[in-house]
Amino acid sequence: MNKSNPMTDTSLPANWFSRLAHPGVFLSWSRNWIAPLAALTIILFTIGLWYSFFNSPPDYQMGETVRIMYIHVPSAWLSQMIYTLMAVSAIGTLVWRHPMADMSMKAAAPLGAAFTAVALFTGALWGRPTWGTFWEWDGRMTSTLVLFLMYLGLVALWRTFEGQARGTRIIAIFTLVGALNIPIIKFSVDWWNTLHQPSIIKADGLSMPASIYTPLLIMVVAFTALFFTLHLVGMRTEILRHRANSLERRHVSARNGTSSGTTS
Amino acid sequence: MALTRKQKRLSIIAVLGVVLALATTLILTALRDEIVFFFSPTELLERSELAGQSVRVGGLVLEGSWTKEGENNSFDVSDGASEVTVTYVGILPDLFREGQGVIAEGQLIEDGTFDASTVLAKHDENYMPKEVEQALKEQGNWQGKYE
Repeated sequence: MNKSNPMTDTSLPANWFSRLAHPGVFLSWSRNWIAPLAALTIILFTIGLWYSFFNSPPDYQMGETVRIMYIHVPSAWLSQMIYTLMAVSAIGTLVWRHPMADMSMKAAAPLGAAFTAVALFTGALWGRPTWGTFWEWDGRMTSTLVLFLMYLGLVALWRTFEGQARGTRIIAIFTLVGALNIPIIKFSVDWWNTLHQPSIIKADGLSMPASIYTPLLIMVVAFTALFFTLHLVGMRTEILRHRANSLERRHVSARNGTSSGTTS
Repeated sequence: MALTRKQKRLSIIAVLGVVLALATTLILTALRDEIVFFFSPTELLERSELAGQSVRVGGLVLEGSWTKEGENNSFDVSDGASEVTVTYVGILPDLFREGQGVIAEGQLIEDGTFDASTVLAKHDENYMPKEVEQALKEQGNWQGKYE
């Protein structure tokens, strides 16, 4: 498949998803989505932050420290969701060789690293007053740190293999192998004794009242909207960078072609 | 039926994924003792090889068991089945309370008490506004936990 010219590529199956995900088509429809998504993100954050700081009660044990959760839980949710998205994209790269899957993986990696860093940092800030420690090597914290390092490793790999189709496939394999860590993070608190508390989501509902889960749910949606806005912009940047690179290569080879022609 | 190239690639990924997941499961099962952050009092007392070793024990602080003289603390940690007396010299975390979860790091010594060098408060997954706690206590429905 000739990636440098996806507009003329006809090897993809002709279904609605492939059409929408065609780089050229993607560029044109995604342009109209950025502003509404960004507006939605701002509105959700305004409501969510207002709830988090001014319209939710202090916890019976933690007091005001509970508010850290409204940043921590959404970041931690994104740290795992983004990796899952990257793993799905990696399958798209390896099986269908779809250029948008490559772009999706590449654009998601630094975002995942950032949200994981926020989750680790806010977790430490909450842990000190609550548990009495910034950091302990328990199952949840260690596996999340591993996730953070994997994100950093993938960002480094993308820089190393810049624009190489084979490199992209190698990164996709690494991404898929790393996906094994996601269920480990998720279930670490159930499989092993950990310092970190288990999930608030129980079979019979949430282990918190509406006054606490309302701001939490709004913030989770707000963070998710923020990620999708940034991811969309990131993928568009990748397509444009890809095009700029191939234009540059064509230009350089054309100029070299003429110059070598005149000097010989 | 012959597989297409895409089906072949998908099956290779699926097979490798299953193999990797199995390998990881085996490794994690084998390393369980290294991964658990703490042992329950039952595990600690049953497994004699843990005595004298630096380990963590976790459970609920038994109601009425906490005594304090200056910085010398003593309290019982229970998992419902068995309990162990923990001694600790130092300042306990703010969230340390009777009836709440706690994790002590240290070792089980000859007299059967656990000599802790660090004590961490364990927060459970229950969140509740302060007013609800007060209301529950006034009604006499307080169970120390949000249900």
